[in-house]
Amino acid sequence: MMDVEYRFSHKHIISIDDFSAADIRYILQTAESLKEISTRAIKKVPTLRGKTIINLFFEPSTRTRLSFEVAAKRMSADTFNISAATSSATKGETLIDTAKNLQAMQPDAIIIRHSSSGAPALLKRHIQASIINAGDGTHQHPSQALLDMMTVKEKKGRLDGLKIAIVGDITHSRVAHSNIMGFTKMGATVHVCGPNTMLPPGLEAMGAIRHRHVADAVADADVVMALRIQKERQHDPLIPSLREYAGVFGINRAMAALAKPDALIMHPGPINRGVEMTPDVADGPQSVIIDQVENGVAVRMALLYLVLGGD
Amino acid sequence: MTSLPQLLLENGRIIDPANGVDRIGRLLIADGVCRLLAPGDSAPEGAERIDLTGRWVVPGLIDIHVHLREPGEEYKETIATGTQAAAAGGFTAVACMPNTRPVLDSESSISLVVSRAQGAAARVYPTGAISKGSQGDSLAEFGEMKQCGAKAFTDDGRPVLNSQMMRRAMEYAANFDVPIISHCEEASLSHNGAMNEGALSTRLGLRGIPSAAEEIMVYRDLALAALTGHRLHLAHISSKESVSLIRRAKAQGCRVTAETAPHYFTLTEEAIGQYDTRAKMNPPLRTQADVEAIIAGLVDGTLDAIASDHAPHSEMEKEVEFDQAANGIIGLETSLPLALRLVHAGILTAGRLVELMSVNPAKILGVSGGTLADGAVADVTVIDPEREFTYSKEMVVSKSKNSPFLGWQFKGMPVMTIVGGRVMMRK
Repeated sequence: MMDVEYRFSHKHIISIDDFSAADIRYILQTAESLKEISTRAIKKVPTLRGKTIINLFFEPSTRTRLSFEVAAKRMSADTFNISAATSSATKGETLIDTAKNLQAMQPDAIIIRHSSSGAPALLKRHIQASIINAGDGTHQHPSQALLDMMTVKEKKGRLDGLKIAIVGDITHSRVAHSNIMGFTKMGATVHVCGPNTMLPPGLEAMGAIRHRHVADAVADADVVMALRIQKERQHDPLIPSLREYAGVFGINRAMAALAKPDALIMHPGPINRGVEMTPDVADGPQSVIIDQVENGVAVRMALLYLVLGGD
Repeated sequence: MTSLPQLLLENGRIIDPANGVDRIGRLLIADGVCRLLAPGDSAPEGAERIDLTGRWVVPGLIDIHVHLREPGEEYKETIATGTQAAAAGGFTAVACMPNTRPVLDSESSISLVVSRAQGAAARVYPTGAISKGSQGDSLAEFGEMKQCGAKAFTDDGRPVLNSQMMRRAMEYAANFDVPIISHCEEASLSHNGAMNEGALSTRLGLRGIPSAAEEIMVYRDLALAALTGHRLHLAHISSKESVSLIRRAKAQGCRVTAETAPHYFTLTEEAIGQYDTRAKMNPPLRTQADVEAIIAGLVDGTLDAIASDHAPHSEMEKEVEFDQAANGIIGLETSLPLALRLVHAGILTAGRLVELMSVNPAKILGVSGGTLADGAVADVTVIDPEREFTYSKEMVVSKSKNSPFLGWQFKGMPVMTIVGGRVMMRK
């Protein structure tokens, strides 16, 4: 159980790096207790009534934005969505100007997704509201890692001592970065593999173990997570073709069979079926991809509740 | 020019490595030139006597890598404000880079800078572009630009990617006996990079620039210098391996000189902290091993000069997302205090500091200064090596305030800057 002295003391959710194991345990515990609300006939509690939450999305997103919005509404907060297409970003307004204008509306929390790493940290310096990072560049996606950890803990009963395999484009994956830090803090061991062009320096410093062959990363794993592969990145020849990627690095049934028999199959979505994962694996009995989405709402409810005080 | 009052600088430590002088003495400045008085010499009546006990009297500092932003970006800096910052920092002369708007790639643009620098607080030596518009396609007119006052040629701000262009530039520059200054960057490796590549760039999710991007070009340009036999100067060296390559080339007789900037011997990539854009520059801040190699290069002569790479930017370019922010920091007013840290730490002698910041810069550009010999132009800097101060935004003379050193405590500062016998700064 939680230490009696423990208090969650974070105003912002920027990076998993900012959290201790006790923080993560507390967030997951809070999420577990809030999950039940989504199964009620009346899926709403008054906890965040009167709170104003702005979804500020500079990058396209369907599921993360929806998940945050559902989470906020289940807690009775007022939510507003601003996407890059309708914001002033296209008119050349700076992020700081946007922040100052939003501040004038007195929001309690701003949920930001941005293509630049560090954008939430910049926003935090210019605004009084709580900042929740919904994905910044190739830096962090903390709520995704928390929902992944919640899902694994729910299915496995623990995180400590597990072997987590993450396969794909680690360099450009903020999900991978958050998960490597998060699972490692919770006592799991994270093994990564992917095209060597997509494995950045310093993974070991983040706590991960690097492999050249997918089979070595996946062998006896408790969790196998595949990442979405981006087709082309300008000026950077990372892989010759998706066909070869699927053949060498894709998680198919034979590869998945190298993991423990009861291993969980995960994917942060959206999946390129047949590329990073074959449909039979994605839809197979070990897949918890849909559980991840469900837990996403619970984790985001917990984050909003914890940063907004909910009193 | 009306005749200037004569100055008698007394009791200061005269440090003039070009003439093997390092002693307490008296320097007379009259008619715009220096005269070092011997113990028995009498000073002329009427000279203003300035007691400089405890201070250093050195040949005027010269910063060979400065962005004055005029013409085109006067909201960041002008020739007037930039040279005031230079004088405030103890510099009697600066070489300004040609990446203005428009690029300084012609007789008329060089002449414009020369004419606007009349009456400025420090001497301004313009450099011209290697290629027209610094586009890398065709050679700019070195001969005409030199006639108008250009002292070196460089496409600084961007690399010369085409090796044949660089070779031809070196060969053609030989006709005019001016150096080519290279900004070493293999652009396909540094493309869109925001900081040094390594564990920290992975952690921050910022696209990395490997040291190899600099080193490949350092090697290429050293090979071209060996091929052409022409004088090459390498700008803002930041990496350990670059220092090794230059050391080896010098041992082999290559006619190369190189500079580094104070931030490369003072800061590591850790200065970025939580996306502090004041620590974003190109080349990027690197690691402790690089810092140590740069310092070793300054000590053993592999690196010839300290140049600030003074790069003023306004908040519009800096108060933005890290990957969108402009590269560069201001440096004219912190260059000497940062270099003095190495002297106080016992790493550099005062004489070596003067070589790095005055003697060698003058030689590299082929300009006057760097000496206090009798009859030499009276460009003189007086340094108080013990005076402490905290560098604050309020004291910044430059029009831009983009410095990672704001709030730092320093020991040692310039207290007088004398250009051609005229006192441009005194504090």
